[in-house]
Amino acid sequence: MTSSNIEAPKQGTDLDVPAQEGESSSLWKEVGKRLLKNKTAVFGLGIIVTLIIVAILAPLLAPYRPTETDIISRLKAPSANHWLGTDELGRDILSRLIYGSRISLQVGVISVSIALVFGAILGLIAGYYGGYLDNLIMRIIDIMLAFPSILLAIAIMSILGPQLKNAMIAIGIVNLPRFARIVKSSVLTVKEEEYVEAAKALGANDSRILFKHLLPNCMAPIIVQATLSIATAILEAAGLSFLGLGAQPPTPEWGAMLSAGRTAIQVAPWVVAFPGLAIIITVLGFNLFGDGLRDALDPKMKDN
Amino acid sequence: MLNYIIKRLLLLIPIIIGVSIVVFMIVHLIPGDPARIMLGERATAADLARIRAELGLDDPVYQQYFRFLKRIVKGDLGTSIMTNNPVGEELLDRYPATIELTIFSMLIAVLIGVPAGIISATKQYSLFDYISMSGALLGVSMPIFWLGLMLIWVFALQLGWFPASARISVGVQLDTITNFYVLDSILTGNWTALKDVLWHLFLPGIALGTIPMAIIARMTRSSMLEVLSNDYIRTAYAKGLSKRVVVYKHALKNALIPIITVIGLQAGILLGGAVMTETIFSWPGVGKYSFDAIMARDYPVVQGCILVLSITFVLINLLVDIIYGFIDPKIKYN
Repeated sequence: MTSSNIEAPKQGTDLDVPAQEGESSSLWKEVGKRLLKNKTAVFGLGIIVTLIIVAILAPLLAPYRPTETDIISRLKAPSANHWLGTDELGRDILSRLIYGSRISLQVGVISVSIALVFGAILGLIAGYYGGYLDNLIMRIIDIMLAFPSILLAIAIMSILGPQLKNAMIAIGIVNLPRFARIVKSSVLTVKEEEYVEAAKALGANDSRILFKHLLPNCMAPIIVQATLSIATAILEAAGLSFLGLGAQPPTPEWGAMLSAGRTAIQVAPWVVAFPGLAIIITVLGFNLFGDGLRDALDPKMKDN
Repeated sequence: MLNYIIKRLLLLIPIIIGVSIVVFMIVHLIPGDPARIMLGERATAADLARIRAELGLDDPVYQQYFRFLKRIVKGDLGTSIMTNNPVGEELLDRYPATIELTIFSMLIAVLIGVPAGIISATKQYSLFDYISMSGALLGVSMPIFWLGLMLIWVFALQLGWFPASARISVGVQLDTITNFYVLDSILTGNWTALKDVLWHLFLPGIALGTIPMAIIARMTRSSMLEVLSNDYIRTAYAKGLSKRVVVYKHALKNALIPIITVIGLQAGILLGGAVMTETIFSWPGVGKYSFDAIMARDYPVVQGCILVLSITFVLINLLVDIIYGFIDPKIKYN
């Protein structure tokens, strides 16, 4: 897959792309229609969209700065001044949660992107070339799956050091096997299709076949997995931060907020309760939408 | 069948070697001087030299790895920097606590999750179905450490129904034989201790078991629904069989394979989740031990904990694969 042979013969495009594109755009239109009929999926999408808006408008929405401490009003219960109360340093919890949405979304999207890109590449190579490469890749994947995922993330974090950036890398690596497996199995079914044969006959090189013909046809399961993986990634990142391995103070990350507040749970349960609720709502949003997407892409399952 | 088991055991060897390489790398990929990172900035030159010599950090990496492998095969997992005790011995002390908690959580997850899934499937779109599936969805979206803290807050701190930490009350006597407290109290006929041990297991067990319970319930429901839509189920009803027989004898048996797969996969969630649950509930197991070790940068202990928990996970997966053979006669072992 060197860049020198990306220039593929032009004649291939005219023959195979239009038919596929027409097919896939109507498929996605159909999926979109089914998705909009699914109330819980729309609800999930609503949560995600709200979250994105909150993250973008954080400086406008947050009543206080997220790291603004006020020792006099430490651990204050929810009130008109502080809707969700204050934490052990007198910081406004609502403001921290609002800013925290930026971190959670970022963690979810970036770590899943890492998992998706590298997982898809490995899956494509394993599925398309087969043989020795396939064996090697799949054995490495098997070894990664031999670890309970959070433990593998902890192992990677203890190498990379406790930082939010490293947590995203660790979670990306931990979630990579699922994408590799999904892409590999899709490639195995797709690669025998006639249009792949046709592209080969027309002289398309491997990277063109892999990325232009095979990958687009594995997209449906990848998108479903990506959506559901964002949910897990957010949970895992919060877990790493809770263990002190992810975001470091004073970053308003939800898991880290929970961890910092847990010694005060007896006197100020809101310090722990609200960040947890924020995580649940976010993860629920991605889970509902991901489930809906899966049902929409596989209507047979929904009928059951 | 025996051939299959042997073959499956042989397949474990490369996996376990792979796991050991990853665990080995934890120390060797740390940027900078591992000895200094482990001992901290105030370490003396002599201490650093001792650790380097002990870990053989000056030798080529492959030699270090083979030495590491030789050590762990002999059961020598190195020495804890925190306590100076052999890691193997400390793990052995804590392992039963983790396994006991894991089994208890798994029991809760299966005993509630499977029936809830079956009822949901047989009464699809009923009130029960909606409530249990909403609960399950909430369960899979919940951070385990948050659930643990909330359980402590409500049931230990506010209501005082259950203890928030430890495996047994201070005043309760128990002669330990296996270090599995439930088993020990049964073996010694110590019912006071048994009651106390179960009482302590309850909250951490629920915290750890909730996510697997939710996943198992969802899987059971969808697996049952798929089977119940088959023609042979209609035939069974047409023959005049009762709903009970159809559901439990015909449908459940065929729905079991994916359910068992999912139950097996939960072992990973449980063993990984043990790190957080044990930390929150001050449960003296491998999970809390690994958390303390991470905080103290005690790398030999971190390595030991990850190795032991991962190998446990691998063995559970092996067990699940073997169980398939007994449930599904269609599986051929070659």
